[in-house]
Amino acid sequence: MTETTSQPIPEQQKRGLFQQLELDMRLLGMIGAFVILCIGFNILTDGRFLTPRNIFNLTIQTVSVAIMATGMVFVIVTRHIDLSVGALLATCSAVMAMTQTELLPHVLGLGLNHPVTWAVTIVVGLAAGTLIGAFHGWMVGYLTIPAFIVTLGGLLVWRNVAWYMTDGQTIGPLDKTFMMFGGINGTMGTTWSWIIGLVAAALAVAAILNGRRAKLAHEFPVKPIWAETVICGLTAGSILGFVWILNSYQIPARRLKRMMEAQGETMPEGLVVGYGLPISVLILIGVAVVMTIVAQRTRLGRYIFATGGNPDAAELSGINTRMLTVKIFALMGFLCALSAVVASARLANHSNDIGTLDELRVIAAAVIGGTALSGGIGTIYGAILGALIMQSLHSGMAMVGVDAPFQNIVVGTVLVAAVWIDIVYRKRLGAK
Amino acid sequence: MTSPKELRAQGATPMVEMNDISIAFGGVKAVDKVSVDLHPGEVVGLLGHNGAGKSTLIKVLSGAYQMDSGEIRINGNKVEITNPRDARTHNIETIYQTLALADNLDAASNLFLGREITTPFGLVNDAAMEAECRKIMGGLNPNFRKFSEPVSALSGGQRQSVAIARAVYFNAKILIMDEPTAALGPHETQMVAELIQQLKAQGIGIFLIDHDVHAVMELCDRASVMKNGQLVGTVDIDDVTDDDLLSMIILGKKPEAAAA
Ligand SMILES: Nc1ncnc2c1ncn2[C@@H]1O[C@H](COP(=O)(O)OP(=O)(O)O)[C@@H](O)[C@H]1O
Ligand SMILES: [Mg+2]
Repeated sequence: MTETTSQPIPEQQKRGLFQQLELDMRLLGMIGAFVILCIGFNILTDGRFLTPRNIFNLTIQTVSVAIMATGMVFVIVTRHIDLSVGALLATCSAVMAMTQTELLPHVLGLGLNHPVTWAVTIVVGLAAGTLIGAFHGWMVGYLTIPAFIVTLGGLLVWRNVAWYMTDGQTIGPLDKTFMMFGGINGTMGTTWSWIIGLVAAALAVAAILNGRRAKLAHEFPVKPIWAETVICGLTAGSILGFVWILNSYQIPARRLKRMMEAQGETMPEGLVVGYGLPISVLILIGVAVVMTIVAQRTRLGRYIFATGGNPDAAELSGINTRMLTVKIFALMGFLCALSAVVASARLANHSNDIGTLDELRVIAAAVIGGTALSGGIGTIYGAILGALIMQSLHSGMAMVGVDAPFQNIVVGTVLVAAVWIDIVYRKRLGAK
Repeated sequence: MTSPKELRAQGATPMVEMNDISIAFGGVKAVDKVSVDLHPGEVVGLLGHNGAGKSTLIKVLSGAYQMDSGEIRINGNKVEITNPRDARTHNIETIYQTLALADNLDAASNLFLGREITTPFGLVNDAAMEAECRKIMGGLNPNFRKFSEPVSALSGGQRQSVAIARAVYFNAKILIMDEPTAALGPHETQMVAELIQQLKAQGIGIFLIDHDVHAVMELCDRASVMKNGQLVGTVDIDDVTDDDLLSMIILGKKPEAAAA
């Protein structure tokens, strides 16, 4: 025991070129399925599916569910469930709608489009979501009521709190700045999108190289240089490709003309302007990055996965699993509120049925993305990809002209099939 | 260094005293007014049938269970141990019978669970933890190779090595080993026996729960035998034979000759 000689690291065996890339096979499988899906729909719709315009729309439609799905990963990883996310989104949306249309104008005397209105509104909304989530977590963690029950109750409660607050009315129009978080009403423009894309690509490559340096510092085996270069190239390429596609969706001439006239300018003949990255998509990317860092690089994330793998072991290792539960549900509540910002801004109003059935979409996205209901396993990128696959299925089928009932039948079948394929795949690997 | 036996003869204050510990689960007295103690560099064996209350007794010391009555003293001072974190602050480390590993995490993450090495930014430093893990496993189980796989992919013996490594890495002063060799082969069992001798020589006090009476005779200084939640008695290993211990376990009576 006192002996501290470092153990020899086994010679790296000769492996296939593909294996040397050390790619995550699950991720690859999901991307493969997604690509096949997109190509299939593109053929069926005579090329209408993979246009910049449709990809742009698909992206902004996915954001709200994807943001919540990242939080649902942590909830499910710790063997809980949250059935109340759609209802919680509605309550947060109602709180924010009332704040900006009633509370701030009438009580504080700030007008609807006052420069601080949007900011105060969002802070109030996020605080409400976080508090309600923390309350759910307290009931689950400290009162030991099963999360299924707490959030099933929450679904009924918060859906109807939202109704009560708004008398069931649609509340709108909303603050102009607030609505920029919805998607098409708030985009970065092409120049800024390129700048953001380049910075993101550079950061991603830097992160990969940094990981390599850390491994080398401890003399752990690393990938060959060529494999690392391929990975860096693929990463930077996908980021810039994504920006390029969103930048090529041009603002329709009539709309552009109206926008410029509103600013007192006249549109020159033949001017073309692309939308670029929507702010809502930037929010999703920010959430994805932060949540991935939390999952993989922080103690909180480590404890979440440990608790999911073996709650007793986590407790015996000195982890306060009750407080951890509160934090996880508070985070879920925060993300519901963030989704509420995006969803109500996209619709340009608060409607009574906002977020209806979102709990099922969010859970399905996390599960299709490889989060195991038995706990301990799940990834953030998987959940986002899961949300994207579900949204693509829906809008693809709508474009092809599949009847609404069949759309849901297909999505339900895909959910079950995806989980089954995952189980078979894990058995093959020998893990549980 | 003074041997544990001399320490006891001098009437030195034990490093651990568990006095009149009782704990019941829904009316069943799992541990009933049991007292044991431990000196530095001493190995005290806990013996008894399955269900005698051995694991429950030591879980009171490791903070996993709350006692209903009784007191714990560390170096003579009364202490409150209400959760596993409290136990760790008293340098009490435990190898649980169930191992208490998170199956979905790799060996290094389990070894450092709750005590991660972090970077200056407060992020977990996986590379540093894996390097430490490789070092310690090299000394404990040189055949151990699966550092980047979740511990669910390990054999019973390898998992037990990880649990042992976790308990000895953090400079334990008091070590609790609940059937540490249950899943080990003869060679690894021998390595654990050597490890116990080493730790003992460093002045660490060890509670060892083991079903193998021969191993207890070989490794322990004293043995406390439990039956149906009660303490049958504590004996000095030098004063008893294997058969004496066996009859204590089976009959629940202390042999007349041996008084400790
Ligand atoms: N968490 C618990 N809940 C209820 N009963 C328990 C619990 N832990 C232990 N017991 C009971 O306490 C008694 C002693 O168990 P244990 O300490 O595990 O015995 P040993 O380790 O000596 O085999 C048994 O009857 C067992 O069923
Ligand atoms: Mg036991």
